[in-house]
Amino acid sequence: MSYFLTEEQEMLKELCAQIAREKILPVRAEYDETGEFPWDIVKVMAASDIYGVYIPEEYGGFGGGVMEMCIAAEELSRVCGGIALAFAASALGAYPILLFGSDEQKKQYLPAIAAGERLAAFGLTEANAGSDAGAVETRAELDGDEYVLNGTKQWITNGGEAEIYTVVVRTSKGTGIRGMSCLIVEKDTPGFTFGKKEDKMGIRGSTTRELVFQDCKIPKKNLLGREGTGFVVAMRTFDKSRPGVAAQAVGIAQGAFDEAAKYARHREQFGKPIGSFQGIQFMLADMAIQIEAARTLVYHSARVVDSGAKDIGKLSAMAKVFASDVAMKVTTDAVQILGGYGYMKEYPVEKMMRDAKITQIYEGTNQIQRSIIASAVLKESAAKEKKE
Amino acid sequence: MNVVVLIKQVPDTTDVRIDRETNTLIREGVPSIINPFDMYAIEEALRVREGVGEGTVTVMSMGPPQVDAALREALALGVDRAVLLSDRAFAGSDTWATSYTLAAGLRKLEDYDLVLCGKQAIDGDTAQVGPGVAQFLGIPQVTYARKLTIESGSTATVERMLEDGYDVVRVPLPAVVTVVKEINEPRLPSLKGKMKARKAEITVWGPGDLEVDEEELGLDGSPTRVVRVFAPEARSGGTIFEGEVEDTVESLVRELVPVLKGEI
Repeated sequence: MSYFLTEEQEMLKELCAQIAREKILPVRAEYDETGEFPWDIVKVMAASDIYGVYIPEEYGGFGGGVMEMCIAAEELSRVCGGIALAFAASALGAYPILLFGSDEQKKQYLPAIAAGERLAAFGLTEANAGSDAGAVETRAELDGDEYVLNGTKQWITNGGEAEIYTVVVRTSKGTGIRGMSCLIVEKDTPGFTFGKKEDKMGIRGSTTRELVFQDCKIPKKNLLGREGTGFVVAMRTFDKSRPGVAAQAVGIAQGAFDEAAKYARHREQFGKPIGSFQGIQFMLADMAIQIEAARTLVYHSARVVDSGAKDIGKLSAMAKVFASDVAMKVTTDAVQILGGYGYMKEYPVEKMMRDAKITQIYEGTNQIQRSIIASAVLKESAAKEKKE
Repeated sequence: MNVVVLIKQVPDTTDVRIDRETNTLIREGVPSIINPFDMYAIEEALRVREGVGEGTVTVMSMGPPQVDAALREALALGVDRAVLLSDRAFAGSDTWATSYTLAAGLRKLEDYDLVLCGKQAIDGDTAQVGPGVAQFLGIPQVTYARKLTIESGSTATVERMLEDGYDVVRVPLPAVVTVVKEINEPRLPSLKGKMKARKAEITVWGPGDLEVDEEELGLDGSPTRVVRVFAPEARSGGTIFEGEVEDTVESLVRELVPVLKGEI
């Protein structure tokens, strides 16, 4: 099947598939079991230039965009949706700098991120600020040339492992989305420590941890954009990163489908391969249809984002919702096709089902995505009516 | 330190199938890869270059034009230069003619300190070309290396893997060293390497570019004649005589005697 990838994109896809097959496949079950951070795979991906695929060449990257980020996330996730996050979550942490950083900030941080020498992470979620991202309570008080941070971020992917954090904080009194800002915080800054490491259902090959700030002093020059634009930074970042989550979901779904199709060809019951039974055939066909539709939407959204189009929030959200719902459905059906074997850890599909679930939840739950989509389509409808 | 790695493109034989009619390897649909043992040689060459901090790594291969793909794969790993010895005159070479031709290629390169090869190719399995090249060049050879240490510009210490231990050999350079897979873990290519490899120019040399005796090349220069290639028949399981010893011996003798007499 051709997806009209450029020669460079084909090359990237092939390389990521090789990394996944040769390096990730042999260790994915172990990382899923231990929940440790896959530093050995990070080193392999860094040496292969994967960390810089979406970063411009002038900052040491490969010069690709969201499409390249999606290709890498998908191929890696086909084998392990957890380990793939060691790449994808760094991209999420880097996007605020890429989108809103000054040239100086970009020059300071992006080359190391592109080289995979330093991982990045994005810090927005708090105990009381999840879907309601405007409810951030972590405070940053300006004191001379420094912001003094106090508060705790929760469920931060790559937390503790990453060295460069883009953190959304409250810089003005009162509540609401206008009083928020985004700061670059480096690991080992005094007053910045890591709290609880989560024990998760899936994506266990990825670290999820609390960021704790206690009178942590950050130079004013680490502010991204202007004060008060933190919410905008977060939303524009998600517009770019959501196709990446969607690509991760497509990858997980494809990985599960491949296992299910293979099993259906080999597993015999009633003297025949179960793939010869219509009940299984229709399941496989439906899974394939959904994956194809999801992938097409993801690639389309990534290409639209890369074209520089405005108002990409709706499309980006659509890709994320659709692909993640597909991943959950397809992985569940893959477990069903493998039956009792599918439920056992000896086969990889139960892990894929556990990994798939998070894609419906993080970087904005699918309910929040639907709110974004609904608000966009209602606005479009109103605009149409005005014209009439 | 300039290192030359001799590589061979081989069919990916994880799934070997033989055509029962013609007794030849089915090549259709079988992808070509760099001989896996040669991947360790390439990795070791890159490590030597990185360890010494200067010099180049060149890969050289003899074969048809499609070996280009294997050479580009090596370039993507960080190899500096690729040379392909390719001409109709080289076709049909056995290990003797191949060693002769590769040695001529190395002579033309002139400036090399170390020649690395995989211990053998997975298609022919002869393990003869590395040593053959060393003989033609009149330089030392060390086979089955599992560890290689460059001591100075002029000597190397090599651990040779044996069945029940290992030899430690010190060898003056230049020398030919063939490696086993225990020596390292080959790296994967990088995106930048792949981009570079795609555009790289590959040097192609024919007999006219080398100082060779044309009669020593290809099929004419190959003393080996393949008389027949066949897949051995699978052995059937033996017969087990069960029961009391006296009875089983008797039935064994009954079956064995006519066989020994040549009646069956």
